[in-house]
Amino acid sequence: MAGLATSLGAGAATNSLAQMPEIDTLFLFGSNPTEAHPIVSIYLKKALRNGARLIVGDPRLTWMAKRADVWLNLRPGSNIALMNGLIHVILKNGWENRAFIERRTEGFEELREKVRGYDLKKVERLTGVSADRITEAARLYSHADKAMIVYGLGVTEHRTGTENAMAIANLALVCGHIGRPSTGIMALRGQNNVQGASDLGPAPNILPGYQPVASPDVRAKFEKAWGVPISPETGLKSVEMLDKACEGKFKGLFILGEDPAQTDPNVHEVRKALQSLEFLVVQDIFHTETTKYAHVILPGASFAEKDGTFTNGERRIQRVRKAIEPLSGMAEWQVISRLSNLMGYPMTYNHPSEIMDEIARLTPIYGGISYERLEKESLQWPCPTKDHPGTTTLYSDLFSRPGGLARFVALDHKGPGEVPDREYPFVLITGRIREHYNNGSMTGKVPGIVELVPEELLEINPADAKRLKISDGDTVRVSSRRGEITVRARITERSQKGNVFLTFHFRDALSNLLTSEYRDPVTGTPEYKSCAVKIEK
Amino acid sequence: MSDGKLKIKINGTELFCKKDETVLTAAKRAGIYIPTLCHDDRLEPYGGCRLCIVHIKGVPKPLPACTTPVADNMEVTTETPTIKRIRKRLIELLLSNHPNDCMRCEKTGECELQDLSYKYGVDGSRFEGEKWDMPVREANPFIRYEPNKCILCGRCVRICNEVVMAGTIELTGRGFYTMPDTAFGKPRTLSNCEFCGQCVSTCPTGALTDKKSRGKGRAYEMKKVRTTCSYCGTGCNLDLNVRDGRVVKVTSAYDAPVNHGNLCIKGRYGYDFIHSFERIKSPLIRKGYKFVTASWDEALEVVASKFKALLKKYGPDAVGAFSSSRCTNEENFLLSKWVRTSLRSNNVDNCARV
Ligand code: SF4
Ligand code: SF4
Ligand code: SF4
Ligand code: FES
Repeated sequence: MAGLATSLGAGAATNSLAQMPEIDTLFLFGSNPTEAHPIVSIYLKKALRNGARLIVGDPRLTWMAKRADVWLNLRPGSNIALMNGLIHVILKNGWENRAFIERRTEGFEELREKVRGYDLKKVERLTGVSADRITEAARLYSHADKAMIVYGLGVTEHRTGTENAMAIANLALVCGHIGRPSTGIMALRGQNNVQGASDLGPAPNILPGYQPVASPDVRAKFEKAWGVPISPETGLKSVEMLDKACEGKFKGLFILGEDPAQTDPNVHEVRKALQSLEFLVVQDIFHTETTKYAHVILPGASFAEKDGTFTNGERRIQRVRKAIEPLSGMAEWQVISRLSNLMGYPMTYNHPSEIMDEIARLTPIYGGISYERLEKESLQWPCPTKDHPGTTTLYSDLFSRPGGLARFVALDHKGPGEVPDREYPFVLITGRIREHYNNGSMTGKVPGIVELVPEELLEINPADAKRLKISDGDTVRVSSRRGEITVRARITERSQKGNVFLTFHFRDALSNLLTSEYRDPVTGTPEYKSCAVKIEK
Repeated sequence: MSDGKLKIKINGTELFCKKDETVLTAAKRAGIYIPTLCHDDRLEPYGGCRLCIVHIKGVPKPLPACTTPVADNMEVTTETPTIKRIRKRLIELLLSNHPNDCMRCEKTGECELQDLSYKYGVDGSRFEGEKWDMPVREANPFIRYEPNKCILCGRCVRICNEVVMAGTIELTGRGFYTMPDTAFGKPRTLSNCEFCGQCVSTCPTGALTDKKSRGKGRAYEMKKVRTTCSYCGTGCNLDLNVRDGRVVKVTSAYDAPVNHGNLCIKGRYGYDFIHSFERIKSPLIRKGYKFVTASWDEALEVVASKFKALLKKYGPDAVGAFSSSRCTNEENFLLSKWVRTSLRSNNVDNCARV
């Protein structure tokens, strides 16, 4: 989300889901909502039934791609080249929104210069998408009235993830397709509370509400509220903590509810780092790969066992309500409070609503949120005051950047970190399927789901399968420069020639043993969407 | 009206409506009850069951409220003696081909047919005739289908095709034996069904029910707790159904702002992990190669003293925390605060920003 933040001001979706049925041109990019976000897909399907045109940018022939007016079947990791190509066509034909560019943006000249070099020949070569399709997509999108770009992890889970998102913002800004109902950019994210977790400051350089640690005013506000000095130095990112652990310079870590030893693309390094720690505490509801390395394991409470809030992908803050008592006796907020008390810093919350009150006092975008209000209304941030109705559409007037202008960022194609070669000729894309979730620690405990989808399957194109003499259901070995796994093959047109697909939901066929070590330098998000592998029977 | 609004009267009460709404939506908004069976707010108006017929002044025949658009100065009466008689007749007809085994039916207490027959005081005895006798279908993990209890409202077929667009079920068979079914009556598998349970969520009777929660409690024995799904970032609301301290079922939250009662397989059926025997139930402390059970006091004492010792020895740069996009806002805030106050560090991060 750092990408959108740079271009537009905030790292968040610009519109509400409820506006989707009125979209007239939908550009779905790097997202497979019928699998990963089924209920968002219901909104999008409604838009299609209402006659919306559909452009899909995806290397896989997904449900949506099959129904698209234009399918941009790009090579994994060639997102920027494709976006630059689209903008190139739009500018060449004069389809841009001049008035919008002049009034509401800056940096257009640099962008124009940059995309000049992305003629269709070059873009065709870099992306593998035909010039016709690119031109048609550019025409459809730029001529739309209510155009929405919906993108997913196929955009962000690349080493150029942040830049990919900026490239998308460039396209929307060139056409002025932002800041109106049903018109904007929606980012669909993986885990339920990524938005809330980003909003509320577990990050080394920001305090809750995207308030920079570096700002003396911000620090002063938190120092006053919390009664301790706050270091002006940016802390370590998660990757850096792990790297430093391997070097012996980082010693003690508390991991709340995550499983990097399985879900990180570079599990070897992560495991080494965890092993090097002098003290590791892991709090989770289940034993995971990560808990194996812990010195102390604390039981977590499931969402049914505690009060709280989640913020969804459209910035809507919603209640989580306690249905049963925590099985272990305590919920996380109580555990952290007690730990803090033991370490000498008093935390005396009686209920999570009091924590929300503190969030509201310190975090302007959540300023008007309280549990009391959430009983009666549904609110999307920014909601700065108790009488503010929340915000459905961002940027209808100003962007939340200095000067209120959005910023074009001129970008170059870099491609994925690892490209296929003789030895590892296939591109492995990893992603989600509807029935399972993340490391499978939850869905793997649902007998019906396990019955339906008991194991990992490698999706491979019929032509590739034929060449390798693989039949449906055959066991194959998938290996990369980092590791190998054995899975059964599913032959399907969903994978294009040269690409194969795996999920990351299964512990015994861990696709993250294969994925590459490349990451986005800004966010640290791993390149889950592209690495080179070979397939053997 | 100048602002595009219309004025109508329902049972003598004046109300303003939007141009393109139906009599039924207008009545609902005003809190006026009109019985329905084939209607679901999530679906396009259908007009199949005729139960929602109302009298409109100046119109000789009663019209279905669910498909009739409002018109300026329309005067609606929701129940006249004639309409009441027709409604009774319609319900009786439905009951005449219905097993009437409410006493052991999973749906008892929240069945729309049962409620209507109670409200109108009718049973199926007036039209005794041929009844369906078809086997129960439940060769799948989640959905039980009892064709005999189907009243052919078409809601399951429509939600599956209109909303989910999965195309799993259609009206099959002919004449008296027309019923919703999968193509060729094949058992539901992933190749023909998404197992979203949307069809179950809309079925007004006990024809489609959740298999997992069968026998786990009547609707009125459940405590329903409105909450937000913990799987993906869409933020669907749902109702956890709790009985004797256990989550035994998930039902739709039809008035939810994001999902209006729609859910996917994970939100509706993915709750078993909550009571999984594999849950970690007490703190564990590593002793050599093994973990031993500890009390919260013991475990937190170890964590606190160890972090204090590390801080003393190596300083705040050598300690930190990962938080999770799976946890609540309050927990994320608190962890970030803990790192800043107890550890005096900024080493706190989300371990994968996906
Ligand atoms: S579970 Fe979903 S996909 Fe399957 S029949 Fe019901 S509505 Fe259709
Ligand atoms: S199964 Fe239920 S929803 Fe479907 S037609 Fe029969 S009664 Fe209606
Ligand atoms: S019900 Fe499905 S789509 Fe809705 S939040 Fe849960 S996982 Fe996401
Ligand atoms: S609800 Fe109107 S006809 Fe069935």
